[in-house]
This record gives sequence, structure tokens and C-alpha cells, in this order.
Amino acid sequence: MKALLKLSGIETWHGSICALKHVSLEVFQGQIAVLLGPNGAGKTTVLKTVMRSLYDQKRAQPEKGSIEFEGKRIDRLKTGEIVRRGIGCVPEGREIFPELTVRENILMGAYTRRGGKDIRADIETVYRYFPILRERKDRQAGYLSGGEQQLLAIARALMGRPKLLMLDEPSLGLSPMMTREIFEIIRSINLQEGMTVLVIEQNANIALQYAHYVFLLENGRVVHAGKPEVMKRDKRVREAYLGSSDNSSP
Amino acid sequence: MKQDHYADVGLFPGKSTALGVLGFILFLVSLPLYLPEYNFYLLNLMIAHVIIVVGLNILAGGTGQISLGHAGFFAIGAYGTVLLMQKLGIPFIPALVLAGFIAAFFGFVVGLPALKLEGPYLSIATLAFGLAITHIIGHVDIFGGRTGIQAPPLDLGIPQWGLSYVLSSDVQKYWLFLVVALLMAAGARNIMKTRVGRSFKAIRDSNVAAGVMGINLPAYKTLAFAVSAFYAGIAGGLFGFVLGFFNPEPFNLVLSITFLIMAVVGGLSSIAGSVAGAALITYLQFSLLKNIDEIPYFGTLLTSISERWFTDEGLHNIDSIVLGIIMVIIIIFEPSGLYGVWLRIKGYVQKTPRDTHKAGEV
Repeated sequence: MKALLKLSGIETWHGSICALKHVSLEVFQGQIAVLLGPNGAGKTTVLKTVMRSLYDQKRAQPEKGSIEFEGKRIDRLKTGEIVRRGIGCVPEGREIFPELTVRENILMGAYTRRGGKDIRADIETVYRYFPILRERKDRQAGYLSGGEQQLLAIARALMGRPKLLMLDEPSLGLSPMMTREIFEIIRSINLQEGMTVLVIEQNANIALQYAHYVFLLENGRVVHAGKPEVMKRDKRVREAYLGSSDNSSP
Repeated sequence: MKQDHYADVGLFPGKSTALGVLGFILFLVSLPLYLPEYNFYLLNLMIAHVIIVVGLNILAGGTGQISLGHAGFFAIGAYGTVLLMQKLGIPFIPALVLAGFIAAFFGFVVGLPALKLEGPYLSIATLAFGLAITHIIGHVDIFGGRTGIQAPPLDLGIPQWGLSYVLSSDVQKYWLFLVVALLMAAGARNIMKTRVGRSFKAIRDSNVAAGVMGINLPAYKTLAFAVSAFYAGIAGGLFGFVLGFFNPEPFNLVLSITFLIMAVVGGLSSIAGSVAGAALITYLQFSLLKNIDEIPYFGTLLTSISERWFTDEGLHNIDSIVLGIIMVIIIIFEPSGLYGVWLRIKGYVQKTPRDTHKAGEV
């Protein structure tokens, strides 16, 4: 299978702290990959390293290693160029633009694109995925509920027509029902548009249900990688993330 | 409710707003018919302030960066226009535009720290610029030093070619200023409602998300400063001709803060608000509060209170006190300024059912 995104031997520093230590992972074309790990494992740093949107703009690049997207290196490109190559991003905590309207938020997602006709057609497409956003299109985005804001953030990322969609903790602060709904939408986008998705999650239960492939990150290292069925059977994963004792049957 | 994107990005959101703006412009154009000449000095001052506050609002209301150095860009505009005309013999209009671009260049340079600094630290950097620029002007002979310089006659033609059209009276200048202000306001409206403006607001709302949308953050942050400084430069160029003779003295920190007060009182990120805020504060500062002791009874009362309890110098500091109070009241009760007040009134009117029978049927 073809790897769409390939990180090899990535090392990222936050000042004097080594946040990612030799991280290598491959996200395969057409799959939903999940990056799982506890707080402080460096999950968000992986995403930020790929997007080159670390706090320190000049050093927002990995110290070592390379990142390849569609077989081409992207670890020295600017964020705007990375977006143009086809990586969409839903940052942690949604980060919608609260004082812009819903429609303006969605338009911002098409920032890197030209051509009004295509963009208008795509707005209709995202409205079809998220009918609630059509109802709210002239509202200020800050007045949406948390779940709606998450939908808006995903809609916004889709407007860039990404080949790879990266989501940072889409379940953050959402009810279990809403979390499930979000994952259902991610799955349907994956199936219908054939879009490759990389999800960063802490909620192992739901992530393992929807993933095709799982990476387990701990202390800045990928400690485990494999299919979710294999991961579910793994003793350590179950103890740490699924909360079941090791003698219960899978 | 706005129905589609094109109504939103159009110059006016709807027919009623277009009519309102047209009416307001007609009102401004007709002013010289019935207003005595001596009022136009104040009106011209208002227009210069309106332009700079509209520009300040692109920065403060757009990208959320607060500048305490706009008096500096204002000074560059004033000095630039006059010097380009006097020393290089450039006609007024190109000199004004050129001075605007010089100010914009300085705005770009001042905007560079904005890439690293945020919030109060950025404001302090702009503050330093504002303070430095008047000191530099005050110490260089070509700028007239501390004594100041005299603005040449405001000639719209090209004197070298024998074409000359000198605006001498305040009313004549008013026409010119009005046209410039309308152009600048329309420009600001277009910037804020299209791609660039949306990007400014996106940066203000969320730096991270704006970045991962592909917006070039350094470029847009410095661009906002440059555009805002361009407005300040144009406003300064006009301001120089309102005064006629000026020195570095008025372009001080207090002026920078006054511009901010105008922007906040009017309402950040609203052009109509900027116009209202600049006009109101200019009127208070240069007309009402300056002559407050001449108001019968009330003025005398204030003077006697001042002399009894505070100072025997009279009421010359009252504008700072009143502006301070207005600022506090605005921030506590209506943070979106006069524009917010207007929205509220509009809301009340729209929510009031006009015909109770019809409302009942629905």
C-alpha cells in the first residue's frame, strides 16, 4: 500500500526539551490512521511539526529526519505551501474564528484556492455533510455550541480540498454522543471522498473502533503500531487505555 | 439578514444602508450652504481625524494589534507632504500619496516586531517609535526643528506648468478633504469585507488556525501595519494643511492615545463607528470642552468648583478628564462603542411589531 504521509526519524525540540525522539510513521492512502497517546506524549507536536506551525516560527521544523508527502519532502516548506500541497488541519481546541460568521469561517478554509465557482460548489458540498451549518451560516461562529464548532472546524479544513485531513482531538470537550457523530462523519468522508485521515485522540475506545491503523505514542516515541484488532488484544494497551483488566476476554 | 455572499462583499449590505450613506454624503456636501465659514476649520480637523481612525481601526479592529505610535505616522504624513512640495516641487496630490507610502513603509518597519511581540509588548514597541519620530523631527533642520514649518499654499494644479488652482478658504479645503475621506472609507470597507480583511480578522481570532489555513502570518501582520500607516500618512498630510503652520509638538503620545480613544468610542472594527467616534471626540476636544467656561451658569459653576477645590488655572484640563470618563463608561457599558449603541437601537426598532394583527397571524 502507498504511504501518503511518511515521517522518518523526526526529532523536534521545544527549547531545551526534546518533544519527539526519532518518530517514524506512515499514513497510508485512503485509510483512517489514529495517533493515540497520553497527555504530553507529543501527539500535537507531531501535527504541528508536519504543518510547521510550532510557536517559534523560524525553528518550526524538525531538527532531524524528514517528512514526505506523496513522495516529496515537505519539511522545509512554508505552512501555506504545505496546505496547497493538500494537507488540511483541524487544530486542537477547534480554533474557529469566533467573530467571523459561519460562512466566512468556511470561506477562510478556501484561502489557498482561487476560482469562485469551485469554491461555491464546495461550500454546498460541506453544507450537505453538515446541514446544521447551513442553518447557522450568518451567525457569529463564537455563538455555536462546542459540537457545532467542531463540525465547523472540520468543514473549514475540508474547504482546502485536502488529500490528507489531520484532526487534533476532535472529541475534546464533547459528549460521547457528539464524539460518535463526529467519528461517523469522519468515516463517511473517508469512504465517500476517499480522503486519507489522521486523527489524534486520547479516547482509545472510540478511536480503535474507527481506525484502520493505530500508532501509540509515549514520551515522544512511537512505542506501538498496528491494526486496531491487534492493539485491542495487546495487554499494555488494554491496561493503559481501555481500562479493562488483563484476564477478561477480548 | 444577508442572503448571499455577494450582498455581503458589496460596497453596501443593502438598499437601505446605501440610501442612508447617500443621504449622509448629501448632508455633508450641502453643509457649506448653511454653516458659517468659521465651522469648517473644525470640520476639516474632524475629517483628518476620521481618516486616521478608519486606518487605525483596520489595525486594531482588524488584526487586533494596538498601536500607540500612530501620531508618528501622522507626523510623517504631515511633514512628508509639505517637504515633498517645498523641497522637490512635487504637486499636492502626488506629494500626499507619496507621503502616504512613506508612512506605509515606516508602518511596515514598525510592523516587523509584530511578528515576535504580542499584546502590550507590541504596543510598547509602537510607543517607542511614536516618541522617537518627533524627537528626530525636532532635531533636524530640514524639518524646521522645534520652531516648525509653514505649509505652502494648497495648490491642486501643477504650478510648474502654469496650471494653478489654489484652495485658500477652509470651505474649499473641505470639499477636497471630503472627497479624500470618502475614497479612503470606501477603500477600507472593501479591504475589510474581502479576502484580505477576512484574513486580518482570522489572525485576530486565532493565530494558530489562521496559520494552518495557509495564511502567511508575517506578511499579513506587517501588511496591516503598512495599510494602517498609509491611512495615517494621508490623514497627516491633510492635517498639515488644516494647521498651516506646525511643529513636532502636537504629534505626541497624547495624540496617539486620543486616536485610540476615538476608535474605541466609535467601536472597533466598524467604519461608521470610526467616523462617529472621530467626529464626536474632535468636537468635544476642540469645541465644546475648550469653550465650556463660556456656557452660562454651568461653565461658571465648573470654574468656581475648579478654583475652589482643584486649581486656580481654570478649566484647561477638563478635556482629559471628560475623555477619560467617556472611555471608562464606554468600556463598562458598551464595549462596541457608538456602533454598538446604534446596533441596539436598530435591534429595538426591528423587534417592535409594527402591526399587531399581522404579527398575530404569523
